[in-house]
Amino acid sequence: MEALLNITIYLPLLGIPLILMLKNENSRKWIALIVTSLTFILSLPLLFNFNVAGSGTAQYLSEGSRIMESLDIKYLVGLDGLSLLLFMLTTFMGPIVILSSWDSVKKHLAGYLSMLLLLQTASLGVFASLDLMVFYVFFELSLIPMYFLIGIWGGADRIRATIKFFIYTLVGSLIMLVGLIYVGYDAGAVMNGVNFTTDWRFLSSNLYQIGLEQQTYLFLAFALAFCIKVPLFPFHTWLPYAHTEAPTAGSVVLAAIMLKMGTYGLIRVCLPIFPNAFMEFAPWMATLAVIGIIYGALVAMVQKDVKKLVAYSSVSHLGFVVLGIFAFNAVAVQGAILQMINHGLSTGALFLIVGMIYDRRHTRMIKDFGGIAKKVPIFTVMFMIATFASIGLPGLNGFIGEFLILNGSFFSELYSNKAFAILATTGVILAAVYMLWMFQRVMFGPITNEENNSLADLNAREIGLLVPMVIFMFWIGVHPVDFTKYSEAQVQELLSSSEEKSMAVIKNTSRDELPDWTAKLYDIDEAESQLASTN
Amino acid sequence: MESATALLSLIIALPLAGFLINGIIGLFVESFRTKKQLIGIIANTAVFIPFVIAVYFFMNMNAGSEAVVFKLFTWIEAGSFSVDIAYRIDQLSIMMTLVVTGVGFLIHLYSMGYMADDEGYWKFFAYLNLFIFAMLNLVLGNNLLLLFLGWEGVGVCSYLLIGFWYTDMAKSDAAKKAFIYNRVGDFAFLIAMFMVFQTVGSLNFDAILGNLEAFSEEYIVAIGLLMFVGATGKSAQIPLFVWLPDAMAGPTPVSALIHAATMVTSGIYLISRMSPMYVLSPEVMLVVAVIGALTAIVAATIAITQNDIKSVLAYSTVSQLGYMFLALGAGGFTAAMFHVVTHAFFKACLFLGSGSVIHTMHHVEHELEHEGKDVHFDPQDMRNMGGLRKYMPSTYKTFLISTIAIAGIPPLAGFFSKDEVLAMAANAGAGEFGSYMYMALWGVGIITAFLTAFYMFRLTLTTFHGEFKLGKRFKEAIGAEKYLHESPATMTIPLWTLAGAATVGGFLGVPNFIVETFTHEEAHVNLLHNWLHHVTADVELTLSHAVEWGLMATSIVIAVLGVVVAFRMYNNNQQQESDAAIAKRFGGLYDLWKDKYNLDEVYEGLIVRPIVRVSDKVLAVFDMKVVDGFVNATAGTVKLFGSLFRYVQTGVVSSYALAFVIGVIVILYLMVM
Repeated sequence: MEALLNITIYLPLLGIPLILMLKNENSRKWIALIVTSLTFILSLPLLFNFNVAGSGTAQYLSEGSRIMESLDIKYLVGLDGLSLLLFMLTTFMGPIVILSSWDSVKKHLAGYLSMLLLLQTASLGVFASLDLMVFYVFFELSLIPMYFLIGIWGGADRIRATIKFFIYTLVGSLIMLVGLIYVGYDAGAVMNGVNFTTDWRFLSSNLYQIGLEQQTYLFLAFALAFCIKVPLFPFHTWLPYAHTEAPTAGSVVLAAIMLKMGTYGLIRVCLPIFPNAFMEFAPWMATLAVIGIIYGALVAMVQKDVKKLVAYSSVSHLGFVVLGIFAFNAVAVQGAILQMINHGLSTGALFLIVGMIYDRRHTRMIKDFGGIAKKVPIFTVMFMIATFASIGLPGLNGFIGEFLILNGSFFSELYSNKAFAILATTGVILAAVYMLWMFQRVMFGPITNEENNSLADLNAREIGLLVPMVIFMFWIGVHPVDFTKYSEAQVQELLSSSEEKSMAVIKNTSRDELPDWTAKLYDIDEAESQLASTN
Repeated sequence: MESATALLSLIIALPLAGFLINGIIGLFVESFRTKKQLIGIIANTAVFIPFVIAVYFFMNMNAGSEAVVFKLFTWIEAGSFSVDIAYRIDQLSIMMTLVVTGVGFLIHLYSMGYMADDEGYWKFFAYLNLFIFAMLNLVLGNNLLLLFLGWEGVGVCSYLLIGFWYTDMAKSDAAKKAFIYNRVGDFAFLIAMFMVFQTVGSLNFDAILGNLEAFSEEYIVAIGLLMFVGATGKSAQIPLFVWLPDAMAGPTPVSALIHAATMVTSGIYLISRMSPMYVLSPEVMLVVAVIGALTAIVAATIAITQNDIKSVLAYSTVSQLGYMFLALGAGGFTAAMFHVVTHAFFKACLFLGSGSVIHTMHHVEHELEHEGKDVHFDPQDMRNMGGLRKYMPSTYKTFLISTIAIAGIPPLAGFFSKDEVLAMAANAGAGEFGSYMYMALWGVGIITAFLTAFYMFRLTLTTFHGEFKLGKRFKEAIGAEKYLHESPATMTIPLWTLAGAATVGGFLGVPNFIVETFTHEEAHVNLLHNWLHHVTADVELTLSHAVEWGLMATSIVIAVLGVVVAFRMYNNNQQQESDAAIAKRFGGLYDLWKDKYNLDEVYEGLIVRPIVRVSDKVLAVFDMKVVDGFVNATAGTVKLFGSLFRYVQTGVVSSYALAFVIGVIVILYLMVM
């Protein structure tokens, strides 16, 4: 099984030389499809054999040796409740992404497919790695293929968009790198026999505690990187650019997989390693999340380009995820994890759908459409299901995630103000407004544009790649237990151990050593007196 | 128990299966779409069998039966949250199920005739089945979240069916409007659920209603109000009712089924279901009653001014729903449910009757076109009609019966239910429960009763009595009455069935005092009350018999008065003159009614347009110029420094090495410090 995990991660990489060697375009596509499909099939045993009750430790661990005796950086991958579903989503999306550009990409096909495959391995690596240095490497590695995907196969303004995307996210991750190196040395000092470690198992455990002042800086450094990636308001402006310029496959991977690296990072890294700062900043993060939900929705509402509209809707949707993560209770965090998958499915599908219509008409402007429902019934149904999933209609996937997040946020102890959940819930109204308005203008009414009269409905390939996504939308909507069960134990464990850890940190903190602002920020007097009273 | 679970699953599963079969095959197999007979039979069976099963369940129950809960599977489980797909059969839910499947079946049957020429026949029946499925989840769900699934599900079906002829932008506008107004209500419903879960850690009805003492006083009020806001969306009350009249853009059977008989009564069902919680807060009850009474009279005044027959019926529906909320707010939950049932009968019949009329008017337009005459008229405008009773006897008779029923003339169904609603309002005003405010609301209810009788007879008389007016309005249409015809049996059978129900349905709730007056001992002839009193937390009726007789007499006199006035003004082709006379009498007030109190304009002007404009002109610009501008400025600064530091980049390795060493020293220094 350990081997299988590694095979799954690196199999896409193996496809690249094959694709480069073959001369025939068609066989290149087939190789890419076969490789990604095989990756997906091989990942299934990882899902089926996953011990749902096992919490705390990751499964299918494979551990390399340290790069130096005193330097505990090592290849370490495994899956646990936090990563399993995202890992599966990534393998699941692989063949879909390849199929989505079957006919539309003509330029440098070999390079294009290679980039998608490289991206696949990098994404899988991000979710599977349990050594933060390895995590960081994969995290950065994923930027490169995306940089080229947008920059070479993108739209008219692709260069500006890709540079913006690249530099913006890179700045964030470099700050994270600084933080990571600090943590590595700091933790190395605690660990026996080494002077540097980035082993997540150690960092997240109770054995390693960081002082409040350092936690604050480190949390901010990491959180910044992740928030840019998410992207959380106000760090989101690279996203609409990148999405509008990216080719369909790029947008799909970006929305479905890469944005999740940000929210995943918040749970994987920020929550267990800097629990005090995490909890202290929760109201602030929740504020940004709520602003993002409403702001993203309002800006989405007035977009004229369907793709840009979907991009802004992502800002809104991921606001929900961040809100859920910082609610710090199992209901909301479970909702957040599920919502990452949901957003991947529904927004991924929406980008695919926009791509399909773009392939036909070479425009994405809302005003160029209108009344096409009559011409393309199957397309209409698919589009409608994805739209309703995105709106959060009960019975479909989006509702489950949103409901858990909002419900959990409502009784969150970290930000006890009910206004967060209540304001966030208005996003439910706004989502209906911008999605249905767009849907109406594109699909309903009389046909106003001659060119739309000859629009062809979806072909078998297009139906084939949307149907699996639609099935999951319903499956998650009707029986989400099949999905939430994987993360349940791990989330409970993570939350309780992080809370314990945060209390231990407070306990081990002496008031006098802290700078004033830290003491004030963490309300240390109050916290200590509370701790004393509970003992 | 096992066979019962299987049967219950069938109630839910069959409409879903009908939807899937007609929907999926229809979508992918084009030849299937023309097999209308088959499609219709599938869809009708998918509703009829659940009706039969519901009757079977009903026969095996009595007023004292305990609720039976069937758990199918765990739906959501995360952290401390858990909710099941579980259905609950009790007196209240079985009653709603009977109405939904029974009236639903009749309307399915009717649609086979009404939609026969529509190319979207398969789609129509698929949606209709999906609606029944969602509605059954709403009424049978054992917890608030499953109810909410049905609640939003019926909203989607309503959206799909209002916009059924989506190539007309106005129709798809109406569909969107309905969904979004409902979402505003759903927002409040969601918050209410969060509060409930926070308090009792469950969304099951038993857990909530069995732990009412766990709720703080503020939460009782807040939850009550929030759920009520949800109800004002779904059940079209002030301030969210404006979507319902527009919803008439959908095919007429949809108006009958969704926007009259079933979906719009969901709000009443919800509050009846939660009644033990509602009675704990007199403030909330008063709010519900006030909004209900206001909605009743506001909608009734608008109905007087309308010329579109479906529009009159739509405002009439809003108004009747208002009565139901008045009853809820007065603690008459049974009375409200009673009115739900009778209203389902007569209003479905009225809508289907109007559909029959519209059907034939369309036919006239069609035939005239065949003759080569280019006459375009609104087939729903009653000013084009008149005298139809000669040509459509069944439609006329059933329409008239239902009109008498809704007008509140004894002994038809509407009389008993409306009388009970008004009696409960007066009871709340007189009894210990309420305040003098309820007496005023009773007065509003009485005035509305007069208006109801009046506008309904105005509609019926203008449409069916007098002469056929189309030829007078359009020269080319002279003699067009030869094309008028009665609708086929698939349409008239449901009409007669519903008219029959509207005639005798009132005997479900004969007031006890009538019998008591004669027998001088306690009577229990109000069947519906006997049936529901375990589930709903009705306020006790404490009025004396004399008062009850007085109230009833007032109701009758008022209703008769409305009918008489309408006859004098509208029986003989004098619609235009009479409307003008009313307009003159009421002046500006009449204009306000005709303009529907300008609510649409107010919402549009004060809420919708400002938000869109701000988003477009401020936020979207802010996003590009300020948020992104800041990012670009940061990058620009870095670039500036870069262009300065370019001179440092000498290309000489040793100077890099020097810089590197200095850097390391600085970092080490910082770390050591």
